[in-house]
Amino acid sequence: MIQFVLLFSRQGKVRLTKWYSPYTQKERSKVIRELSGVILSRGPKLCNFVEWRGLKVVYKRYASLYFCMCIDQEDNELEVLEIIHHYVEILDRYFGSVCELDLIFNFHKAYYVLDELLIAGELQESSKKTVARQIAAQDSLVEAAKEQASSISNIISQATK
Amino acid sequence: MNSFFSGTRLRDMIRAIRACKTAAEERAVVRKECAAIRTSINENDQDYRHRNLAKLMFIHMLGYPTHFGQMECLKLIASAGFPEKRIGYLGLMLLLDERQEVLMLVTNSLKQDLNHSNQYIVGLALCALGNICSAEMARDLAPEVERLLQFRDPNIRKKAALCSIRIIRKVPDLAENFINPAAALLKEKHHGVLITGIQLCTDLCKVSPEALEFLRKKHTEGLVRTLKDVVNSPYAPEYDIAGIADPFLHVRLLKLLRALGQGDADASDAMNDILAQVATKTESNKNAGNAILYECVETIMSIEDNGGLRVLAINILGRFLSNRDNNIRYVALNMLMKAITVDAQAVQRHRATILECVKDSDASIRKRALELVYVLVNETNVKPLTKELIDYLEVSDEEFKGDLTAKICSIVEKFSPEKIWYIDQMLKVLAEAGNFVKDEVWHALIVVISNASDLHGYTVRALYKAFQTSSEQESLVRVAVWCIGEYGDMLMNNVGMLAIEDPVTVTESDIVDVVEIALKHHALDLTTKAMALIALLKLSSRFPSCSERIKDIIVHHKGSLVLELQQRSLEFNSIIEKHQNIRSTLVERMPILDEATFTTRRAGSLPAAVSTSGGASLNLPNGVVKPSTAPLVDLLDLSDDVPAAPGSSGGDFLQDLLGVDLSPAPTQSGTNQVQKAGTDVLLDLLSIGVPPVQSSSSTTDILSPIQNEKSPIATLDALSSSSSPSAQATSSARAAPMMDLLDGFGPSPSKPENNGSVYPPFVAFESSSLRITFNFSKQPGNPQTTLVQATFTNLTPNVFTDFIFQAAVPKFLQLHLDPASSNILPASGNGSITQNMRVTNNQHGKKSLVMRTRISYKINNKDTLEEGHINNFPREL
Repeated sequence: MIQFVLLFSRQGKVRLTKWYSPYTQKERSKVIRELSGVILSRGPKLCNFVEWRGLKVVYKRYASLYFCMCIDQEDNELEVLEIIHHYVEILDRYFGSVCELDLIFNFHKAYYVLDELLIAGELQESSKKTVARQIAAQDSLVEAAKEQASSISNIISQATK
Repeated sequence: MNSFFSGTRLRDMIRAIRACKTAAEERAVVRKECAAIRTSINENDQDYRHRNLAKLMFIHMLGYPTHFGQMECLKLIASAGFPEKRIGYLGLMLLLDERQEVLMLVTNSLKQDLNHSNQYIVGLALCALGNICSAEMARDLAPEVERLLQFRDPNIRKKAALCSIRIIRKVPDLAENFINPAAALLKEKHHGVLITGIQLCTDLCKVSPEALEFLRKKHTEGLVRTLKDVVNSPYAPEYDIAGIADPFLHVRLLKLLRALGQGDADASDAMNDILAQVATKTESNKNAGNAILYECVETIMSIEDNGGLRVLAINILGRFLSNRDNNIRYVALNMLMKAITVDAQAVQRHRATILECVKDSDASIRKRALELVYVLVNETNVKPLTKELIDYLEVSDEEFKGDLTAKICSIVEKFSPEKIWYIDQMLKVLAEAGNFVKDEVWHALIVVISNASDLHGYTVRALYKAFQTSSEQESLVRVAVWCIGEYGDMLMNNVGMLAIEDPVTVTESDIVDVVEIALKHHALDLTTKAMALIALLKLSSRFPSCSERIKDIIVHHKGSLVLELQQRSLEFNSIIEKHQNIRSTLVERMPILDEATFTTRRAGSLPAAVSTSGGASLNLPNGVVKPSTAPLVDLLDLSDDVPAAPGSSGGDFLQDLLGVDLSPAPTQSGTNQVQKAGTDVLLDLLSIGVPPVQSSSSTTDILSPIQNEKSPIATLDALSSSSSPSAQATSSARAAPMMDLLDGFGPSPSKPENNGSVYPPFVAFESSSLRITFNFSKQPGNPQTTLVQATFTNLTPNVFTDFIFQAAVPKFLQLHLDPASSNILPASGNGSITQNMRVTNNQHGKKSLVMRTRISYKINNKDTLEEGHINNFPREL
């Protein structure tokens, strides 16, 4: 089971956190501080796994961002690397060659994508296409609601003129 | 809309925060935004609720408090539109976790949304439930989720499956409701549903034996077929990763098959072919393929034995180990650890490669490799392996030294073929990384040195030389100082020269120099300095010519700010000045420390912990406190009680000065204590030990003032008696008592439960040929964990060979079995095997221990097997 997902930049700035097991606010900031310290200080050629408090953290760097997933002892580290890559590819398709700024200004969208990929710390979907379709369908629902709202406010503003 | 508060857009806020140059600026921006959001919340502003929450999430991610926004999430979730709900649920998952009371308020909205006509809203609710539901919510909403497992849209079914996983993890009792719907998902074609369904089944197997049995019986074949289909499926662009169709599905199928095959020969048999196919056909040039191979190897190792497959698996690991990719080497080391129980020989073949990995530049790999090397060591390869490790110790990173040292010490202690080798290796470790060595390790070394009487001279000379180069290694200094105190005369006269040694010329004053350096070294701690003082006292009698100088050094410490040092120097000074006549007898060489008792003591075993102590004897009705003839004898005596004590005279006491007598004290009967009470009450006073019946620490404290009145020197007693309660605590936590004396300066309050953890020995199993006795002890402050020492006694006239004891416990217990002391059990009770276990009871106080045991051994090369079920453990364990 994936205990939590962390995204942080090379400067240690947090870009996304998702907790599948309960951690208090205090513990969360401690975990983030500790792990970003450990991971950022590791050299480029080392393996992508760090043993940490009886758990394992699998991380991978994409450009300036580090994607980390913390898993149980008995989980398959190599598979988790694939899951991270899977997520990155989906983000890439969704944003159209994703960069750190996309994830900063549209952080909520990165969360929506993650929620279509993982629930309860387990993988939900292995097809990138299906995830993309699900997100697109929900985005269009939001768009439709917005348009409706603006047309209503137009009507109201015209009526009150 | 409120014209007074227009607020910034989310994008603008993020920009403003990013533009901040300092943390203070950022805090100011965030404070301003938070204030605006609070105002907006207070005005119940509906138009901006959506935007406010988005901002709060961003602020939360930066680590600022956002609890005031929690209710906004609930309001958004309760509103009708999809956009509001979407952001509301996201906020809920981000800002709250299962432990917040507020979360309960959302149960009703969740229930409505799970029944919503819009499937995307159902999806949102399932996602939130799956990520943060508490046990109570799980119970309330399980029926809804169960129903959704059969929903028409596969995207809802997969979400419901993962949600069910969360539910059964939180409330395992609900598992049986999910067995049938979960099994139905295994027949799905949609990969998302299949993956999540398989995962749900795997989790069901973990919590419910019925589910495991059911799936094993009904679905093993189906799953094997599914795996076959996936392995042989044609190219499918939607699921393809590096030429493999859906590696995620592969991995999950292999995982579930592992659960089904474990401990069941038929199920294992059914999956042999497909496992062989996966192991041989999977491409290993990409990470995805290796992930599958890795999972496949683990499944092969876990299911019931099939020789051919295991060879295949070990070969894959061998290939992994020589891979250049660090990730692959890491997982190979990880898996070899599991393989070692299956085929130790095959793993031994890779020893050289593994040893290289200990020196890798990658900390993760080093750690794995070191653990593997540790289990690979045996009597035949201990010497070369230890040499390699110690050589590496010199160049290893500081942060790795701790781990490495601990492992080396443990290897050396476990497998050392002879004493001189043991002493040599330990001295090397001490000189190289003495600051990383644990106390019990050098305590053990002292015990060994004390027992190796032919090596005393050799050791003290080696230590003297090592001290010259490594005087900053604390443990080395302690051992050196102790040995110099004991065997200093041998150092000078080159007594007991071994052929391999170079003679050294050392004068008396050189030796005193060493101790003086240790005493004055600023970096060394109190324990070391105290040990140095004792060594000086001993040397003052051994080297009369230096006596004056030693006296000066001791007197110098009369002004020490540390109470302990000050007091000791005062007392030692008075011994040197006023008690010349008894000094030489006082500081005689230590009696040889008893190794066997030390080992049992270290293992935290019970018999040694049960002994009389001062408090106990004083509580006896006729226990009369007699002033001892020579209060000095108790000086620093922390010995457990001395077996010879009942008959011993005052003269014998001298022997115990500074003595660490670790002889096991049998469980004392009342009469025994009465006998002693008269003769060595004071001795007992200071002794370490856990009284068999009542907690005595308080009485020990009461005694101190009484003593103070008796003689000026008795202050010493008070000192050491005040340290003895803490020493008691540490001694049961397996430290050597002598060192406790030195460690236990701070009069730490004693804990009564230390004394309470005494249980009578217990015959766990008895047949015509074998008896097993359990001794229990508890570590203070950890009532859940019981240390059990099992003693096996052979009741037949034949020797048992290949003796193996195995034990199994139900889920609420955790069992850790240490290696047995031997695998040969002498005939007719002429000796026994002991084995330590650690049992942790997760339901301590509710359920008592139970254990199933299996004992196998050979009599005249004939296999014998005995099994037992132990359910009459003492309730309070």
